[in-house]
Amino acid sequence: MLTISQIYLEEMIAHAIKEYPLEACGLIAGKSDQVEVFYKTRNDAASARIYTVNPGDYLKADRDAESKDMSIIGVVHSHTHSEAFPSPTDVAQAPDPSWHYVLVSLKHKDPIVRSFAIVEGNIIEESVVSLNC
Amino acid sequence: MGIEVRLPTVLRSAAGGQATVSVEGETIGEVLKDLTNNFPGLGAQVIAEDGTLHRFVNVYLNDDDVRYLERLETKVVDGDVISILPAVAGGTL
Repeated sequence: MLTISQIYLEEMIAHAIKEYPLEACGLIAGKSDQVEVFYKTRNDAASARIYTVNPGDYLKADRDAESKDMSIIGVVHSHTHSEAFPSPTDVAQAPDPSWHYVLVSLKHKDPIVRSFAIVEGNIIEESVVSLNC
Repeated sequence: MGIEVRLPTVLRSAAGGQATVSVEGETIGEVLKDLTNNFPGLGAQVIAEDGTLHRFVNVYLNDDDVRYLERLETKVVDGDVISILPAVAGGTL
């Protein structure tokens, strides 16, 4: 389960729409399953089909999270023309089995946000619980 | 004082759960060698078979990516902070 405020969910969707037609990406920080901060990051790949989180943005986010006694707990990226489900590339390049992999799909009229764990190549969907705060 | 190396969550289990470890060395290469000597489980995840930095990690000396400095030959001094971060990428391809 991933718990996240409605505000951050809306920020993730807005970031995906703003970067369209390119894939958007960002990082989430918090403790375990609770998202406390969403960091927009640059997509160094500048592509509609792949993303690479700018390493400098990652470093800044990591330091900021640590200063708040939190950790980076996952990555967010958009799929502009496909479902909110990890692609083979996402699975192959997933860096951390403890992370949450949040996908924002812009394929349909209304954006869809889903979250997954990716452990040893296996995709495990988790529920996303939004909080009105 | 030594050199502080900050590890991402994915590598901490190979370092006894520590987020930060103190190591010795005069270059990034020596520091990473000391790190992987102390924690052999980190070796293959940080250094590639050809002896270069693994392409799935980014190593920062303070605020600078060592790939844009002198890579493994980059000089370090006591008090420097080295951050190892996984490369984060994916996509629909």
